Amino acid sequence: MSDLRPTPGQTVGPFFGYALPFERGPELVEPGTPGAIRLHGVVRDGAGTPIPDAVIEIWGAAPDGSVVQRSGGLLRDGTFTGWGRAETDAEGNYWFRTLEPGATAEGGAPFFAVVVFARGLPDRLFTRAYLPTPARETDPFLSGLGERRRTLEVQREPDGSLRFDIRLQGEDETVFLDFVEAARA
Amino acid sequence: MSKASEAPETPSGTAEVPDTRLDRAAESQEKITGEIRAVEDAYRAGREAGAPEETGPRLDYPPYRSTLLRHPTKSLVHADPETIELFSPVFGERDVHPLEADLTIQHNGEPIGERITVRGRVVDGDGRPVRRQLVEVWQANAAGRYMHKRDQHPAPLDPNFTGVGRMLTDDDGWYEFQSVKPGPYPWKNHFKAWRPAHIHFSLFGREFTQRVVTQMYFPGDPLFPLDPIFQTIPDAAARERLIATYDHDITTHEWATGYRWDIVLTGSRRTVFEQDRPEEGDDE
Repeated sequence: MSDLRPTPGQTVGPFFGYALPFERGPELVEPGTPGAIRLHGVVRDGAGTPIPDAVIEIWGAAPDGSVVQRSGGLLRDGTFTGWGRAETDAEGNYWFRTLEPGATAEGGAPFFAVVVFARGLPDRLFTRAYLPTPARETDPFLSGLGERRRTLEVQREPDGSLRFDIRLQGEDETVFLDFVEAARA
Repeated sequence: MSKASEAPETPSGTAEVPDTRLDRAAESQEKITGEIRAVEDAYRAGREAGAPEETGPRLDYPPYRSTLLRHPTKSLVHADPETIELFSPVFGERDVHPLEADLTIQHNGEPIGERITVRGRVVDGDGRPVRRQLVEVWQANAAGRYMHKRDQHPAPLDPNFTGVGRMLTDDDGWYEFQSVKPGPYPWKNHFKAWRPAHIHFSLFGREFTQRVVTQMYFPGDPLFPLDPIFQTIPDAAARERLIATYDHDITTHEWATGYRWDIVLTGSRRTVFEQDRPEEGDDE
């Protein structure tokens, strides 16, 4: 292969529901696992309407900040792999049961790497869901976002769950990331 | 895409909000094609004037009506990948059974259709093979019907074909699966909208930043210039990268015709480990 320009993405379309979701895909840990948390939110479009045909994936470090490099993500046999996949329901909700990732570097602000796919979205969108930690307040990347940093900040709900809504368009539009351009710069 | 049974996804009646209801399907192909051409002409003119090459799809692509309320209006924010983003989840033999790469043996009988073998190599932006990584595929049957509750268009389901497969790339980045050639299918972007036949692919790289979902198309499809999803990519050469080639070396005697489709993920930033280096003569 001489041409190493990337293969373009295409929309996930409307008919992934029988293909991408898999049994217990949103359940990275078993119920009752010490430290298990619920990460959840709503995905909305530019009119504020929930998106019922989106796929969300999360990828996060282990609580001790290590990057898990173990197979079993599709198997869900009790192995924590750090990766999960959820489709939104009819009201645009997604949820995961997982562990809070730790910081991968001393003093770093821990976050879930998040990727969003949807019908009507021609390519995937990357974002980050930063956990409510003191390190978040001084994180240089978040600080550079000004007011928009709020869109990447996970909120702890009264029931202890973690909430991360995703807005594809509009006033509270989530900050989406471009890694490729950053590399070229 | 899906049928009138699905509720409108946006409130209608406000002047500012475009009507993106799925069952609209009132606009003509001529209008959509005109919009497609206008975007491409503007892109070409920009290129001649020194604008950068676009290697991917536009998120804001009005001819594909569902993008109207779903594309970010603010620029993507440049980010340097942090540690977690420089790694990818790991999948292994226990995640994927080898038989999942044969979409023609998932039921008691043989699916109807033109049996095909699809084979290709997954590499990163530096040409290094993406080894032992997950590839997921899904597609319509030979009649252009998806085994999905939201696909209700009047083409037959095939009781012997689901249209979902999984596989791991081998030690040199190769994947291969057996299937039947999917048919084109109608959707409701506009009146008489038909999608060119395609197979959906979901791929992981060595880094999470390389995650991609895309579609593979078949050579010579007359629907290419008419399809606002294929055309979300304004660069003609980039669109070509989604089209498989017929490959007689992959074709098997009295069994299946063969298609070759190689995939290049975006560049990688992680330190090159010794085992990831391309071997001498690795590239073609």
